[in-house]
Amino acid sequence: MHELAIAESVIDAVLAQTGERPVRQVRLEVGRISGVSVDSLRFCFELAAADTGLVDADLDVVEPEGRARCGMCGDEFVLADRILLCACGSSDLQVLSGEELKIISVTVGS
Amino acid sequence: MCATCGCSDTAGVRLLDLRADAPVHTHADGTTHSHGDAMTHAHADATTHTHAAASADQPAGTETITLEQRVLAKNDELAAHNRGWLAARAVTAVNLMSSPGAGKTTLLERTVRELSAAMPVCVIEGDQETTFDAERIRAAGAPVIQINTGSGCHLDAAMMRGALDTLDPTGGVVLIENVGNLVCPALFDLGEGARVVIMSVTEGADKPLKYPHIFATSDVVVLNKVDLLPYVDFDVDRFEHDVALVNPDAAILRVSATRGDGLEAWREWLRSGIG
Repeated sequence: MHELAIAESVIDAVLAQTGERPVRQVRLEVGRISGVSVDSLRFCFELAAADTGLVDADLDVVEPEGRARCGMCGDEFVLADRILLCACGSSDLQVLSGEELKIISVTVGS
Repeated sequence: MCATCGCSDTAGVRLLDLRADAPVHTHADGTTHSHGDAMTHAHADATTHTHAAASADQPAGTETITLEQRVLAKNDELAAHNRGWLAARAVTAVNLMSSPGAGKTTLLERTVRELSAAMPVCVIEGDQETTFDAERIRAAGAPVIQINTGSGCHLDAAMMRGALDTLDPTGGVVLIENVGNLVCPALFDLGEGARVVIMSVTEGADKPLKYPHIFATSDVVVLNKVDLLPYVDFDVDRFEHDVALVNPDAAILRVSATRGDGLEAWREWLRSGIG
């Protein structure tokens, strides 16, 4: 599953910053329509972190909701899934949020 | 890593050169993958959402480092490098994705046979194991590299880099057959110029809504095996309507890779991307 590749990428990126120091927490931003399953990511993170300085790290995941703006009527609304349809009938939507996949911050112990 | 669920990275990624004039040899890539995310957009985060307040309860003896870094930044960078490299050599790269068995390899065999006389065509094959597909492409007459991912479920920009370095294409088209999977390849930018998702009429017309990410990020949707339409319960109009819901800009081509229906439009689309 691709969440394993994503977990490995998170760990690589964190270790590049933290080196040998024990990591207490990793804060991620995973948008609700990003295509990434947070449950799978947690599972894979635990496995991938096992022999690293992140073995005891808590994974804090912020999940921004999907939002879109309609190019036709200007309405802004919550996008629950990837179906790009405004109530006015237009599919000319700009996705404003919900697709994020970011490491926000890392908390290390001494 | 866990042997039970197969997510072991000790299997490594292998790259096999199946070109007719090249000795068959295997490279082991034991290093960690770099991966990319094709769907990166710059967003103004328009929503408010609650977080745990980090500063209020920062435990003693700890330090918080702000990264604000896209998780798949490494793959994105490598993909961008691949994209520039391909453009400089006037090569059009097309990433073909689908469930296993939708007809990617058969479509590629025909494409290789029908286009090779007119322009250089190379193929990069991706599968967990075996060189079956690369051997079919070699028999069809194109230079081909087989990537075996082991337990991996998608190709990434680093694997693409390795294959491009070996193939060394100039001009024409590089066709990439991704690992059969309607989920994971969608997130990993290879540096391709265009993405194609192939669906067959035996898979059910509801797939665009059930697997929206791969349809949303593709430029073309190829509906294959249309010769079987009389024998299956597949509502083509519903399918095309649903594709438009998740991707209003995607072109839809109805083809039969075995019988030949619709392949002129497919070749024309490929040619239009070149030069």
